[in-house]
Formats: sequence, C-alpha cells, structure tokens
Amino acid sequence: MTRRLRTVALPLVLLLVLAYLPYVPTELPGLLPDRVNGPGSMQLLAICLTTAGIALSYDVLFGRTGLLSFGHALVVAAGSYLTAIAMSSLDLPLALAAVVALVGTTLLALVVGAIALRVGGIAFAMVTLAFAQAASIVVLRNPGGVTGGEEGLTLDRDLMPNLLLGVANAPYRYWVALGFLVVAWLVVAWLVRSRVGHAMAAVRENEARAAVLGLPVYRTKLVALVVGSFLGALGGVVHAVVLGGSSPHITTAEFTLSLLVMVVLGGAGSSWGAVVGGFLYAYADARLIEVSGSSLLDHLPGALGGVLSEPLFILGTFFVLIVYFAPTGITGLGRRVVRRGEP
Amino acid sequence: MTDFVLLVVTGVGLGALYFLAASGLSLIYGLMGVLNFAHGAFMVAGAYAGWVVVSHLTGLAGGLALAVGVVAALAVGALIGLVVELVLIRPLYERHIQQVLVTVGLSLAAVAAVQGIWGPDARQLPKGEWLSSTTSVAGAHVPNDRFLFIAAALLLFVGLKALLQFTRLGLVIRAGVENRRMVAALGIDVQRTFTVVFVLGSAAAGLAGILGGVYASSVTPGQGGSMLIYAFIVVVIGGMGSLNGTAVAALAVGLVQQLTNFYAASGVGDLSVVLLLALVLLLRPRSMEGAR
Repeated sequence: MTRRLRTVALPLVLLLVLAYLPYVPTELPGLLPDRVNGPGSMQLLAICLTTAGIALSYDVLFGRTGLLSFGHALVVAAGSYLTAIAMSSLDLPLALAAVVALVGTTLLALVVGAIALRVGGIAFAMVTLAFAQAASIVVLRNPGGVTGGEEGLTLDRDLMPNLLLGVANAPYRYWVALGFLVVAWLVVAWLVRSRVGHAMAAVRENEARAAVLGLPVYRTKLVALVVGSFLGALGGVVHAVVLGGSSPHITTAEFTLSLLVMVVLGGAGSSWGAVVGGFLYAYADARLIEVSGSSLLDHLPGALGGVLSEPLFILGTFFVLIVYFAPTGITGLGRRVVRRGEP
Repeated sequence: MTDFVLLVVTGVGLGALYFLAASGLSLIYGLMGVLNFAHGAFMVAGAYAGWVVVSHLTGLAGGLALAVGVVAALAVGALIGLVVELVLIRPLYERHIQQVLVTVGLSLAAVAAVQGIWGPDARQLPKGEWLSSTTSVAGAHVPNDRFLFIAAALLLFVGLKALLQFTRLGLVIRAGVENRRMVAALGIDVQRTFTVVFVLGSAAAGLAGILGGVYASSVTPGQGGSMLIYAFIVVVIGGMGSLNGTAVAALAVGLVQQLTNFYAASGVGDLSVVLLLALVLLLRPRSMEGAR
C-alpha cells in the first residue's frame, strides 16, 4: 500500500501542484525572482523542469544501464539544433521540425551507439566524448552558416505557434516543459518495468554474468542508448522552445559533465534522483549567480570572494562531497532518513 | 613546399604538446584504470603558476623568466597531483566510476576557482624574444616555440623510457600495466608506485599547461578542457598504458590536424582526428583494454 502510494499518488499530487503553479500569484522573496506566476519565475521553473527531464534521459544510460556516456550533449544538441535548422532552412512549422529532429537524432544515436558500444567501460566514455566533441566543433565552425556558430540560432518566430511566443505566454512554455518531464517520466517508468529494463539492470550490476545468462548484452545497451537519446533529443527540442533557440553551450563536454553531476547529486538509477538532481542543479546554477552579485560576499577577502562567487566551484565541491559521503545522492539520503523514522 | 615544411614542423610541435598532456594520462590509466578528468585542471594550474611567476619576474630577461616559470609549473603540477592522489583518489581504490566522478567534480571546481581568482579572460604570457621570433627551415619561417615543444617532449619521452627500462620502479610500472594483480600478489606495493606515476603524470600536465600557454601566448581558465579531449583521443589511439603508442599517436594526431586544417578547410582537421579515432576503434577495438 505504501509502495503504491509512493509510486503513483505522490508523483500525481506533485504534478497537479506543478500544473497549477501558473495560477499562483504569491511572491516568494529570495526563492524566485518575482511572483510565482510572473514571467521570470515561470521561465526559471521551465528551465529547471526541462533540465530535470534531460537528466532523467541521461539516467537511462548511466544510472539504469551503467553506461558512462560522455556524449549525451550530442543528442540534446542535435534535438535542439535540428529543430532550429529545419525551421530556418526548410521553413517547416515547429511541430514538423520537431519530428524531423527526433527522427534524425534517433538515427544518429543508433549509428554512433553501434560504433561506440564495440568497447565498454571507460573506453566507451572516451569514444562518446570524442563524437560529442566532433559535433561541438562542427556547430562552432558554422558550416554554410546553418548553425550560427558562437551566436547560436534563434527559432523563426513566424513558424512558431503564437501561444509559445512572448513574455506574457511564459506559462505555456512552462507547461510544455512540464509535459516533457511527464512524458520522460512515463517512458522511463515503462522501460524499467519491461523485459529490456530488467536486462538493463542485470547488465549494470554485472555485465559478464548477464552475458553468461544468455542476455543479449550489446542489444540491451543499444536499446538503452537509443531510448535515452530519444528522450534527450525531445529535451533538446523543448529546451529550444523554452529558450527560443539553440546555443552552442549545450554541445559542449561541460554540458554532459553537468548532466552527470546532476544525476549523481540526486541519486543515480532512480527517477526521483535524476529529476531532483536536474531541477536543483539548474536552479542553483541560475540562483547562485545572483548570490555572487549580492553584498554577502563583499566582506570576504578578494580571492575567496571571487572563488565563492563561481557557481561551478560550489557545485563541483558539493559533488565531490556527495560522491564520498552520500553515494546514493540526495534522494538516497532522504530515503535513509525516512527509513530510520519508520519503526 | 615551404607551406608543407611549415605545416609538418608545426604539426610535430603540436603533437609534442599532445604527447606532454597524454603521456601521464596514459600511464595513470594503464596502471590503475583511473581516467583522470582533472588532468586538464592540472594543466591550467601549471599554466597559471608559470604565468604568476613570469609576471612577477619582470627584472629577468623574457626567456630566463619563462624557464623559472616552467620549473614552477612542474612543481605545482607535481604538488597538486600528490595531494589529489593521496586525499581523493586513494580512498576510492578500484572503484573506477567513482574515481572518474571525483576527478570530474575536481576539474569543474578547480577551473571555476581559477576563474574566480584571476578572471575568465586570457592573460598575456610574455615569452621572450627568441621564442617570439622564427627560424628559417628550408625556406619556411618556423616559430621558434615549436622547437621548444619538440625538445620538451623528446626529453620527457627519453626520460620516461629510461625510467621504464632501466630502473626497478620502471620494472614495477611495466609489470603493473601488464597485470596489476599479479604484481600485487608478489608482495610489491603497487599503490605506492601508482602515487609516483600520478605525481609524474601531473608534473607533465603542469609542463603541458605552461607550454600550451606559450603556444597561445596567453593562459586562460578554459585552456585545459580542449587540450584534455585531444589528449584522450591520443591515449585511445595509442593504446592505454603504452608510451610508444602514445608518442606515435600524438605525432599522428598533430600532423593530421595541421595538414587537413590547411589543405582541406579550417575545422576539417579537428574532425578528421575524431574520424581517425572511429577508424582505430572499428579496426582494432582491443587496443583500448589496458590493464585489468
């Protein structure tokens, strides 16, 4: 009964609360930039939800299957950029461009995955990193002017539905982000309960044993990689919609590293973990910059204040501490506390 | 023809830089299976240590100041490597994924710390008159700093080779790369050997950092990141834990990058390096297995 409560009722209640937020006019000073349903807060929350969904897609590879991929930025960026390019170069409306991007990225993931999965473990990490880096280079070099180079690309406003444009419509973009997170959550929930999902867990725990048991290890990993990539590409499309375009930042190795940090911070191998980690990371990344601008750090001596004003310094240090002292992440810690409370 | 000579020499120079960055990475991975993402941060640390020293030694001639800066970079790299190995890597012995995660966190935090202290902008690195000028080789004007990179890489290669071939420590390292468990079972402290290798690799990273600064004439907090990725590619192509392989791969990557960037189009060289990697993987996937 309690299990059922935890897996169905809790997410459902949370979803309803999140879906209702655009109607809440309360101010939360310090926590959010303006009213909860103000455009600034809606935009911030939409980014947090999108990031949470992308972290969830990465967890399919890392937490569920044990694949240490450093190339997830490749599929997220492909989703985002292919949408923008399909709109700017082919004049497709947003929905069609998104379909093109999803199909294209899934095929790309299939090819890259088929090559990279020829090696395992740490070597797989390096190969995926190299492929993602190649994509990053292509985007920055701006071949034929299609990727926009360092400037990035903006989505063509004429081809976007009016509901997703402008400051006043921030709640609609927020709902799109929330919808993406729900889809990702449901796909992952379905996947881990399926046959392939059980095989994924077996491969993660002990690859040699899974092979001896006769499980198709290579195919299982490829399925996990393609499903994770599909969700990552969907996240890229939503990311482009929320931000109004693609920026080369999401092609970089740092972006993949930040996904890894999110998943481990929250707790790898659990949907709650990835979502909490992704949400908190995106939130901290945006809000810590504002802390650095505040007078709080002015009293510290120069160098120390400078270091503490870097969000990545705080996140990186926190991450190392989590790896040592709470290997199951924030949600794992929470679960331990809850369990201690129960008789 | 002069173009070609220039490209070959600069390609070899670039390959020398890659070798400096990759040799430590390869030995560290070969011996203990530790994929050190913080290697790029060590390079940045070395670069900034060198820059701080050089910018304080305004009284000395440029070349001499840089020489002191290089020594500082080596020392800082080694020191940071020692602390990181003892404090962060050692407690996670044999837990490879966690080790990767810790070095990832460390690289993020360290680069952010450098950026917080010295700012995100590039800092000029004065390198003296001789290094800023060129020498005529078969009609091509080759920047002198390329010769410095090549000399440094040769020195490191010969030094490491001698260490591996003629000393007891080298014997243990070679045996450990081959089969770590066996060496440990014979009663040899592989862990301590690993600390030595880690410190050596980090010192080489510091050197690669300051010389990378010489290459770009400036130091930036982000310089380690791009270098690290090419170093990874070099390590993979060369075969984990093989010094000769790393040297050949570094040379090949540097040359391919320079030549195709010039003769095809800018950017194609960077891509063809990744293609080279894919090719190596498809043809001989076993090359990456390293020690177990």
